[in-house]
Amino acid sequence: MTYIVKPRFHHPALPKNALGYTHRDYEGSVSTLCAGCGHDSISAAIIQACFELNIEPHRVAKLSGIGCSSKTPTYFLGQSHGFNSVHGRMPSVMTGANLANRELIYLGVSGDGDTASIGLGQFAHLIRRGVNMTYIVENNGVYGLTKGQFSATADRGSKSKRGAINADSSIDLVAMALQLGATFVGRSFSGDKKQLVPLIMAAIEHKGAAFLDVISPCVAFNNHPGSTKSFDHVREHNEAVNRLDFISGRSPIAVDYEPGAVEIVEQHDGSKIALRKLDGDYDVHDRRGATNFLLERAAAGEIVTGLLYVEPDGEELHDNLKTVKKPLNTLGERELCPGSGALDKFNASLR
Amino acid sequence: MPIESVNDFVVRFANVNGSGSASANELFARSVLRMGVPVSPRNIFPSNIQGLPTWYEVRVTEADHLGARGGVDLMVAMNPQTWDKDVASIEPGGYLFYDSTKPMPPSRFRADITVIGMPLTEICNREYSDPRQRQLFKNIIYVGALSALLNMDVNEIEKLIGEQFKSKEKLIAPNIHALHLGRDFALQNLKCPIGLQVRRADKVGDRIFIEGNSASALGAVYGGATVCAWYPITPSSSLAEAFSRHCARLRVDPETKENRFAIVQAEDEIAAVGMVIGAGWNGARAFTATSGPGISLMQEFLGLAYFAEIPSVIIDVQRGGPSTGMPTRTQQSDLLLCAYASHGDTKHVMLFPEDPAEAFDFTALSFDLAERLQTPIFVMLDLDIGMNHRLSRPLAWDDARRYDRGKVMTAAELEAGKDFGRYLDVDNDGIPFRTYPGTHPTRGSFFTRGTSRDRYARYTEEGGPYVDNMQRLLKKFETAKGLVPRPVRRNADKPGRFGIIYYGSTSPAMDEAHDMLIAQGIALDLLRVRGFPFHHDVAEFAGAHDAVFVVEQNRDAQLRTLLVNELNLDPAKILPVLQFDGTPITARFIARAIGDHLDSRKVVPLHKVVS
Repeated sequence: MTYIVKPRFHHPALPKNALGYTHRDYEGSVSTLCAGCGHDSISAAIIQACFELNIEPHRVAKLSGIGCSSKTPTYFLGQSHGFNSVHGRMPSVMTGANLANRELIYLGVSGDGDTASIGLGQFAHLIRRGVNMTYIVENNGVYGLTKGQFSATADRGSKSKRGAINADSSIDLVAMALQLGATFVGRSFSGDKKQLVPLIMAAIEHKGAAFLDVISPCVAFNNHPGSTKSFDHVREHNEAVNRLDFISGRSPIAVDYEPGAVEIVEQHDGSKIALRKLDGDYDVHDRRGATNFLLERAAAGEIVTGLLYVEPDGEELHDNLKTVKKPLNTLGERELCPGSGALDKFNASLR
Repeated sequence: MPIESVNDFVVRFANVNGSGSASANELFARSVLRMGVPVSPRNIFPSNIQGLPTWYEVRVTEADHLGARGGVDLMVAMNPQTWDKDVASIEPGGYLFYDSTKPMPPSRFRADITVIGMPLTEICNREYSDPRQRQLFKNIIYVGALSALLNMDVNEIEKLIGEQFKSKEKLIAPNIHALHLGRDFALQNLKCPIGLQVRRADKVGDRIFIEGNSASALGAVYGGATVCAWYPITPSSSLAEAFSRHCARLRVDPETKENRFAIVQAEDEIAAVGMVIGAGWNGARAFTATSGPGISLMQEFLGLAYFAEIPSVIIDVQRGGPSTGMPTRTQQSDLLLCAYASHGDTKHVMLFPEDPAEAFDFTALSFDLAERLQTPIFVMLDLDIGMNHRLSRPLAWDDARRYDRGKVMTAAELEAGKDFGRYLDVDNDGIPFRTYPGTHPTRGSFFTRGTSRDRYARYTEEGGPYVDNMQRLLKKFETAKGLVPRPVRRNADKPGRFGIIYYGSTSPAMDEAHDMLIAQGIALDLLRVRGFPFHHDVAEFAGAHDAVFVVEQNRDAQLRTLLVNELNLDPAKILPVLQFDGTPITARFIARAIGDHLDSRKVVPLHKVVS
């Protein structure tokens, strides 16, 4: 909707970050989603995370597929290039974009229809390749734009607004990401800003494929009794394994948690995640343990949230491809074209 | 009468897939080349790894007719499975060379051919004890025998063996031994030479012997491609693999040993083209190589790249369709699929190289065109060019050439306040400016989408801006007409009423057919189309003739359809000449089809008019 424009005016006393940017510099145009949509809370969390990380907005490339969630990149980081690609295919476009310029920050936003159904294959292959990016699924268990059909993440036995019961097994994207080798896996809830913002910050700073499943109730089609993705249901069944604080490598460490309950995880760029453990036994470095824990709690009807797995020194696609440090899109004839001399030699070898 | 011919005949090797015959057969072809006589070899192979019949055909042609000829003068029948068909395919007066270890009843031969039996298996069994050696050296032994039968220079073959095993020197002596084993047996026991002979000539010049897929891949290296995303599919896989090899040789930073390229084997063709589009959007030169089924899968993304105007290069090595079709046979049957790929109103740019040298040139060019026009560019190869060695002019590169990166607005221009509208037609050529992501902190960012938008990339569903944008895309397509390679015209000595339009791998057969028609007194003007949209010269050519034959390798006359549709030509005047059985088109077929048609129109041949 082209006619909705945010006023340029803003209060001079708005807080600024280290780069001198205010919140407004990280916002996009006005959301056209339904009032109260969980997705808008996630957009707000992304804005907050980028503000706190002191990211230059134009150094972020935001990509999405098709659907309600995929519309949201319009609503944050207005100074970033955005790409609303085709349904379920954001991962391949993301992979290509990342190959072209390894220096930008890549943020992929998708939904449960976009990722768990039509895009399940591309999601899987992006994760297993270790593309250096943050992949956020805004998961509401329902197709919103087409008015309320079940998605593949809807729990078996859950009831649609029209009364239909979902008979199919649900796909747990977090469990899949763990199995596929993601080096950063977390789950959160759009209504839990305190947990979500530091998770997004840590995911952005993570080197490698960082995956975040964010349960985001659909107020129009999936917020009724009988839905397992409603605000009430998620609040009642949320089992957070940790609360975290994110400390950028550039700022001094200040953790106000009680010693003993806090674990500091240092990432490759020096940034630190301070985890306040809620579940004493939970180990964020144990991929198998995380998978078992997820399955156990799911059987008990609980939704596990928090940072579930992190491998601080993971490898990413460019490491595996041994590409040059300089972005490929900056190379010119001198670096790319072998010239006529090499061609003459090649010709000679074919006679 | 046995066929007598020097430097003009066809040898066909009938082998079993996976028996190691390919390198021996190629050695034979190269040996003829080294004697200064042009050859044109073709693989006829099944979609299989081991055990099925495979053929290798070598046309020895001092007259430089590099197209397929049809017919076989000498059959080297090494596959009992295909014996009957192989024997039947020999031209009357031709020759049959076979392994006579096991006696064959006379009923399995033909009276009108010369039969040359040689106990290959017996010789191998006597000489070698290892079964693998028996198999491999049998191939070299028959090459040795052929060298005697065809009166070839054995020194050239020895030299080639030396070059082939340069890095595995201990293999040289045993191969040369096997070669002479065959040659000596033939000289002592068979009538040498036969009526077919190779005589040293000087007709190869500085030409090179290369597969189109390798040349095209090298064109991508020279053209500055840094991202290649692909999914294995015959007959294009060897193109991506050649790109890997060329890059390993030419694109590794000598100091850091890091790669100035990224190659990803994608999970399918959809992901492959998605990666190309992502990389193109972000300012890298990117391509994928595929074949018809891959293009079918890519349709949705191709529409996005057209509508969102993202540079991308798609190399289509065409094979026999539809569906899985004939994966190892050649056709030119993806033209309509590519020209109008995706839903909605779309039109795409295509290039039609005729041989490896043009495959190199056009692939390198495609990256300039993709960035200049900000759209997908299709390089239309086919199996006949891509997977066969072809004698081709040397590849050439002008070191003064600079890449055309198209209209990209820089940070400095944005800073200076230059107006940026992603879909703004500032130069009246339909081509807008773009920016790379991350260029400027506050200016030049935009949202790329497959949905409708206005000139400043703002989402809109209003009819006016939508139509405005679609019309601009048409204007851009008009601009492309002047940028794609121009058609090549060859006029007959005297102006005539009829013309021929052809393209791509039909070229060598067309050249030869042209000679055959002239010999029959039929002179026609020729136009080789090299790009789509059609250059104005094409319409002009069609308009200048009463009728134009369009020669192509598909059932539905796809180029003809494009000509009629895009140039608004009268279909009655555009006559299809079509071969689509999966084998490369032949001069004999073209000359006969056109000759018959003209006969039916009762055209008096030129020489009768003159005399």
